[in-house]
Amino acid sequence: MTAAFVAGADVPLKRRLKRAERARQFRALGLVLPLLAFLLFTFVVPLAGMIWKSADDWEVPQVMPQTVAALEHWNGQGLPDEAAFAALAADMRTAREAGTLAVAAKRLNYIVNGYRTTLLSTARKLKEQPAPGTAKETMIGLSPAWGERESWTAIKSASGPVTSYYLLAAVDLTRNADGAIVAAPPDQAIYRDVFIRTFTIGFGVTALCLILGFPVAYLLANLPTGRSNLLMIFVLLPFWTSLLVRTCAWIVILQSEGIVNGSLQWLGVIDEPMRLIYNRFGVYMAMTHVLLPFMILPLYSVMRGISPAYMRAAASLGAPPATAFLRIYLPQTIPGIGAGCLLVFILAIGYYITPALVGGAADQMISSFIAFYTTETVNWGLASALGAVLLLSTLVLAVVYGKLALGRQTTGGLKN
Amino acid sequence: MDGGMIATTDTLVRFTGVQKTYDGEHLVVKSLDLDIRKGEFLTLLGPSGSGKTTTLMMLAGFEVPTHGDIFIGDRPIKNVPPHKRDIGMVFQNYALFPHLTIEENVAFPLSVRGVSKAETKERVAAALDMIKLGNLAGRRPGQLSGGQQQRVALARALVFNPALVLMDEPLGALDKRLREHMQLEIKRLHETMGLTVVYVTHDQGEALTMSDRIAVFNDGIVQQIDRPDALYERPVNSFVANFIGENNVLSGVVENIEQGWARVALDAGGSVVAQAVNIGGAGNRTSLSLRPERVAIETGDSGDSTMNRLPATLTDLIYLGDHTLAVLSTPANPEFMVKLPAGSYAGLAPGQDVYIAFRPEDCRALDPV
Repeated sequence: MTAAFVAGADVPLKRRLKRAERARQFRALGLVLPLLAFLLFTFVVPLAGMIWKSADDWEVPQVMPQTVAALEHWNGQGLPDEAAFAALAADMRTAREAGTLAVAAKRLNYIVNGYRTTLLSTARKLKEQPAPGTAKETMIGLSPAWGERESWTAIKSASGPVTSYYLLAAVDLTRNADGAIVAAPPDQAIYRDVFIRTFTIGFGVTALCLILGFPVAYLLANLPTGRSNLLMIFVLLPFWTSLLVRTCAWIVILQSEGIVNGSLQWLGVIDEPMRLIYNRFGVYMAMTHVLLPFMILPLYSVMRGISPAYMRAAASLGAPPATAFLRIYLPQTIPGIGAGCLLVFILAIGYYITPALVGGAADQMISSFIAFYTTETVNWGLASALGAVLLLSTLVLAVVYGKLALGRQTTGGLKN
Repeated sequence: MDGGMIATTDTLVRFTGVQKTYDGEHLVVKSLDLDIRKGEFLTLLGPSGSGKTTTLMMLAGFEVPTHGDIFIGDRPIKNVPPHKRDIGMVFQNYALFPHLTIEENVAFPLSVRGVSKAETKERVAAALDMIKLGNLAGRRPGQLSGGQQQRVALARALVFNPALVLMDEPLGALDKRLREHMQLEIKRLHETMGLTVVYVTHDQGEALTMSDRIAVFNDGIVQQIDRPDALYERPVNSFVANFIGENNVLSGVVENIEQGWARVALDAGGSVVAQAVNIGGAGNRTSLSLRPERVAIETGDSGDSTMNRLPATLTDLIYLGDHTLAVLSTPANPEFMVKLPAGSYAGLAPGQDVYIAFRPEDCRALDPV
């Protein structure tokens, strides 16, 4: 041994180890490279693009470059100078010809309701560039809105290159004409409620899945192999049918002429059909059903590793069954509970189809608003901002879970 | 066996006519009558599937007897759940709670009994001192070696002063040296604390080392229950003779029985005199049991007519340090073993024709195998 060390003593041991390991590391990298590339182009890049869109403010600087430049030194007090009015008129004429004015109009309309009408009608009426010195007068003549400071602060605040407007809007905040962050007007302040609703449904579904899934996972882990395999097939069965089919099945079951109401009426339990669907109850029901396997499987895998000897040991040491369960079994399932809850919660808060099909208007979750802004109104900025807020809250939860799980691991809590 | 006896004052546990079946067809424990005395170290020894672990599990309360009853003192415990039996148990894989520290593990039986914090602390410290692991109190089981975990499991099973301690192959997972060390440590605890221990193992060496009495199980029946030396020197049937220690078997037919001595005609020719232990009358088949260290090798006729003498050929001499194992071929048994004390095989060489000689009292005529 000593001789071998002496023989290679000119090269430090650490470097020799590194050299020896390098080939293995390259091979490992080669194996994951295709997936990394795939993820980069299908996940990382689009995600980064979406997050950028939530702050990107390109419309006004692109459509109205002269106005933006003219307002650069405006302090936001009173009305801007004559040059700004002239620049606005010039930009409007150019944009109208190029057909891009509607883009800027849409962006500015987010800040001031009715801005689109102001901008488009002014542009329509503006036949020619006003004579030097008369721009201000002409513009205010075409639309009194140009005589209001608010119209100008809107342009200034939208003059890019980045804006906090969408992200603030996603949490019901906005900037007033002075640039201070204030609460959004009540008619626009809906997202906090939607987020709260989303998290409430997420927590509710997670809790339901845990309550329903825990005993099943316990049974799965403790039955003899043959019967546990059969039960496992029943647990996995929902995975073999499409989400849409399962959700529609709930509509068939729960609707007012559906199986449940029909049976209960036939039995005489109820006279009128109960409202079981297109409300929060239906959402909880369908989502819990769809997400249950995601709770059961991690719980099962953890419970499989818990030897029945622990419960026997607890009993032999004098613990009644309930005490043994609470003090010995339950604490050992915490990694499974954590993983299952995290998985179900993260999936639940992103749900879109199921609440859309079985929920009422007041049961729509944040995803349906994101979908609304991307497909209906094409407000990518707000859609991205809502997505970014959702992503951030999910990440915070994942980090908290990771910290908790790691904390347990370093003390040996997850070992054995 | 002690079956049917009225419990004496020093009997702690009594099995009466206990049967156990899992499938309703096959009895795992056929009919068990067993008395466990207060303060004794009783080992249940047998091959796997012999019913010894099932017996222990019925005593612990994890299995219910299909028939019969078990008493602790005068109290039938068939309907007493495990946690009310006051029996400490050490499991095969220790079953230390992985999410609790060593200290919390040992404190567990006290805390479920509502023992005060101060007393718990004191008793846990004493228990950890007993196993010399006081310095590891804050560690978790996963950070301990197998031997240390086993000692913690012992401390945990003893800390609440149970009336009875059960051990289910507790040393099976340890290496040989550690196992031997732990055997002595458990023996020491048994003696110093005056424990009553029921110990399950399939390792006969372990059973012989530690036990006051051994119950040999096979096929759901206790074959023999006795002190280790008696079990080894005086097995009552062929199973016990073959299961405990090394054994040479010679098969034959009983010619006659006279005052406890049987003359047996060997199948391969020749006849020997043996102790009649477990044979019917003349004409029955029998298997003779001979311990390897009770047989001598003679190169010529010593003329001692009280000895049985059979011709053999020495096929091998295996040096084993403290003794030498001679392998011989006789017409009656092609692999006859003789243990020679160290240094006593001078003049012997493989291939040599010799005689094996043994006294009738060292040869036991048992049931045919």
